[in-house]
Amino acid sequence: MVLVDRETRKGNQAMLDEQQAHEIFRQIKKSASVDEVEVIFAATNSSLTRFANNTIHQNVAEVNAVASIRVAFDGKTARATTNRFDPESLKRAVQSAESIARVQEPNSDLLPLASAADGKLDRPLPNRWFVHTASITPADRAEAVGQIVAVAKKNGLTTAGIYSSSESVEGIINSNGLSNFHRRTSAEVSITMLADDSSGWQKSNSPNVKDVEHLRLAEVAAQKARDSRSPKELPPGKYTVVLEPAAVLDLVGFMFWDFGGMAILDQRSFLNNRIGTKLFGENVTITDDVYHPLQSGAPFDGEGVGRKRTTLVEKGTIKNLVYARGTAEKMRHSEYAGKVGQIEVTGHGFPLPNELGEAPMNVVFVNSAGEQTVEQMIVATGRGILITRLWYIREVDPYEKILTGMTRDGTFLIENGKIKHGIRNFRFNQSLIDLLSGVEAMGKPVRASGEESFDMVVPAMKVRDFNFTEVTKF
Amino acid sequence: MSMKQVADWALDTAKQRGSQYADLRIVDDRSRSLATKNGKVGHASSAESLGIGIRVLVNDSWGFASTDDLSREAVDRTSAEAVEIAKASARVKEHPVRLAPEPAVKIEWASPCKIDPFKTSVEENLDLLIRIDRELLGVQGVTLAESNLQFGRYEQWFFNTEGSAIHQTRHITGAGYAALSFQGTEIQKRSYPNSFGGQYQNKGYELIEELKLVENARRIGEEAVALHKADQCPQGNMTLLLGSSQLGLQIHESIGHPIELDRVLGMEANFAGTSFLTLDKLRKLQYGSELVNVVADATEHHGPGLGTFAYDDEGVQAQCTPIITDGLFTGYISSRETAHTIGENRSNGTMRAEGWNRIPLIRMTNISILPGKKPLTFDQLLSGTDDGIFMETNRSWSIDDKRYNFQFGCEIGWEIKGGKLGRMLKNPSYSGITTEFWNSMDAICSRDQWTLWGTPNCGKGQPMQTMGTGHGAAPARFRSIKIGTAYKGN
Repeated sequence: MVLVDRETRKGNQAMLDEQQAHEIFRQIKKSASVDEVEVIFAATNSSLTRFANNTIHQNVAEVNAVASIRVAFDGKTARATTNRFDPESLKRAVQSAESIARVQEPNSDLLPLASAADGKLDRPLPNRWFVHTASITPADRAEAVGQIVAVAKKNGLTTAGIYSSSESVEGIINSNGLSNFHRRTSAEVSITMLADDSSGWQKSNSPNVKDVEHLRLAEVAAQKARDSRSPKELPPGKYTVVLEPAAVLDLVGFMFWDFGGMAILDQRSFLNNRIGTKLFGENVTITDDVYHPLQSGAPFDGEGVGRKRTTLVEKGTIKNLVYARGTAEKMRHSEYAGKVGQIEVTGHGFPLPNELGEAPMNVVFVNSAGEQTVEQMIVATGRGILITRLWYIREVDPYEKILTGMTRDGTFLIENGKIKHGIRNFRFNQSLIDLLSGVEAMGKPVRASGEESFDMVVPAMKVRDFNFTEVTKF
Repeated sequence: MSMKQVADWALDTAKQRGSQYADLRIVDDRSRSLATKNGKVGHASSAESLGIGIRVLVNDSWGFASTDDLSREAVDRTSAEAVEIAKASARVKEHPVRLAPEPAVKIEWASPCKIDPFKTSVEENLDLLIRIDRELLGVQGVTLAESNLQFGRYEQWFFNTEGSAIHQTRHITGAGYAALSFQGTEIQKRSYPNSFGGQYQNKGYELIEELKLVENARRIGEEAVALHKADQCPQGNMTLLLGSSQLGLQIHESIGHPIELDRVLGMEANFAGTSFLTLDKLRKLQYGSELVNVVADATEHHGPGLGTFAYDDEGVQAQCTPIITDGLFTGYISSRETAHTIGENRSNGTMRAEGWNRIPLIRMTNISILPGKKPLTFDQLLSGTDDGIFMETNRSWSIDDKRYNFQFGCEIGWEIKGGKLGRMLKNPSYSGITTEFWNSMDAICSRDQWTLWGTPNCGKGQPMQTMGTGHGAAPARFRSIKIGTAYKGN
């Protein structure tokens, strides 16, 4: 993409700003008949150019802003959301929240609203708003897509994918003096290259469009499509696999919903009775760290509480969970206190009221055991499978964390340290616990983007005995 | 300000700036969502969203822009932006967009709704959910009880430059619950009336009264706990009986998605995938056995499914399209843009958008298997089965990106011996290849066993859109199916 004359642009002036949000909050507060009011603001200007068969076939833009109003009184709380900011609509939303709350039985677990002190951030957050990203035009995206299509044609392929860009504001204000805002941009490119009987895929996103190298992604995807032509069928069974970061991301993403305190209290987590135990290999250390330079997102949670860096897994041992305010309080008085590691509010709660509690949202894998590139992992593999991407992953068993899914868009046989040829796609049924206990080598953690999970900082992994149970017809 | 006036601003601007065709949808979307957990309020909210989405065709390419601001200035700006986006689209184009003709229509329509769910009291709603939770928690061993109610009212005004003006309102109601039981090293779960939120239809609160939610709660809790003591589902090739909700999801994944013509043409290749149903297979592929008859039916006649409407989001009238006829593959679901690729001169009306801020895509309407023509109750189906496994209520689902290889897990199973249900089986699963599976169907129950299920969470498109689809199904029997592979090697 051409990056010219952009430093002088200021992004989209129409975005909801903090001052406007405070004015809207004052109006909402005035309409409310209760003291405790919290408003989450979310505004976005987003665009997405979609292409297939070497043609831009869908090309969309959206401007939207919502205010999500929560009222709380006498142990009761409810939420009403609107994208209409005229006084009458705001009043109607406040009344709706109040009427839904009023008929509830008081809930003794409900805490007062978070305070300004709760909203304080642990440390400064890296800049996540970039003028180059905010200023991307439809013509810019079309130009980049044209370049991707040119790569496809050069290789005798067709291509499909997206190029999206957005600017957004998230904020929260409450009547207890808390106010937190986060402004960010995002650019994302996802490319599939298709041949007659094979395909290749790559995807990347970042707050800064300069980090999203669409031409490099196109070339890599094209090479995968070329190299996997005339795929051969292998029998299902247990194989050593080299998982590229996107494949790792989409697998491990299924376990982090279980790292919330509420999941333990509800006894729906695979970590019930396992906290403090060595569940994974010595080389697995995982943190949640919104402040990491490769991470993205707001540094506060659904109540406005500042996020804390939290070690979830240390050298294979389950160390800590994340907590919303209410969950931490409940956990301290539960039968689990003393069995679940440190109990502290970590700023990972979802907007209240909710059933789920909280979850890590900024996962970062730490590799202190030595980095290997994917190429080095391949060279060190006698016989194995290289996996680019996984698809339609679902949980088969919630406690053993068995997942099923398919390989897709670039699956190769490795023999004697070299890529031998493309293979037909496999179905797997693989326990995540076994997977993270069988990691033989890891790469440098990178910001990865897939389709099944939120983005994380994860490494490529070489894993033994990956369990393929069936093979499909392509 | 009338919706017609807003539409005129948008369409006039689009025309002035050179669009060959333009349409727009103004949507007023309202919802109420209530959930309880272990007898306490888990979630309680309402939401409303109003906005306009404008789609234009310029230089034979599409552009779309949307805004939450219905002022004249914003609507004009958004329409102009859609034109600029379309011009950018035209820079990377292999083939021009060709729209199948469609007559202009002016119509008002609302889905039948006996009891407006928004007029029921929140107190009454919560009381129902708490009573369900109490029933579930009354079973020793249930460690988590979750119940939910969802109401929606989706009002849409469609206008296009060909003169159509279509005003439609749909009421959507959904409800369901689940009991979880954690013991030792197992979490078992039972849901009612279906997993992942329950049953959804285009109906009012009358749906809730029909579902007999409280009456079934104790049984569901007991089954969740009993699963711990049940034997593991065996592995091997066996006869399989599926309950109607699981068969509904099987239809969704292995018939509904592969018949989407945009997938077939490669338009979804980067995300949702393509389809094994290449164009050469139309009216040639034996998709299933002669008992397999499937339709894509969006008409009111089919029932109050989540895929029922009067006109789609391109202004095409709801239709019933035969998809599989006596086992033969006979139809795709299409749009005005794609109809010509299968030799049709009209779309069969399946374009729908999640909301005002999304473009319409080809979406499943009500993709239903027709019930057996001969009377066959579930008990008769069972008594005619000497040896096999009966599975009910989905727990996991996965299928490859061309829709060949699938694997489903269910919440509960029972062994069938000598025409009767025997021991309970935990962690049942089955897998196969789509056409082999449907060709192995040798019995399906009749109309009185047929239910029009609602799937509220079908994802497709970039940006992702979630859509409700309908799937009518009755219990059915399949021979020589691969059972139990989900736990193989684990």
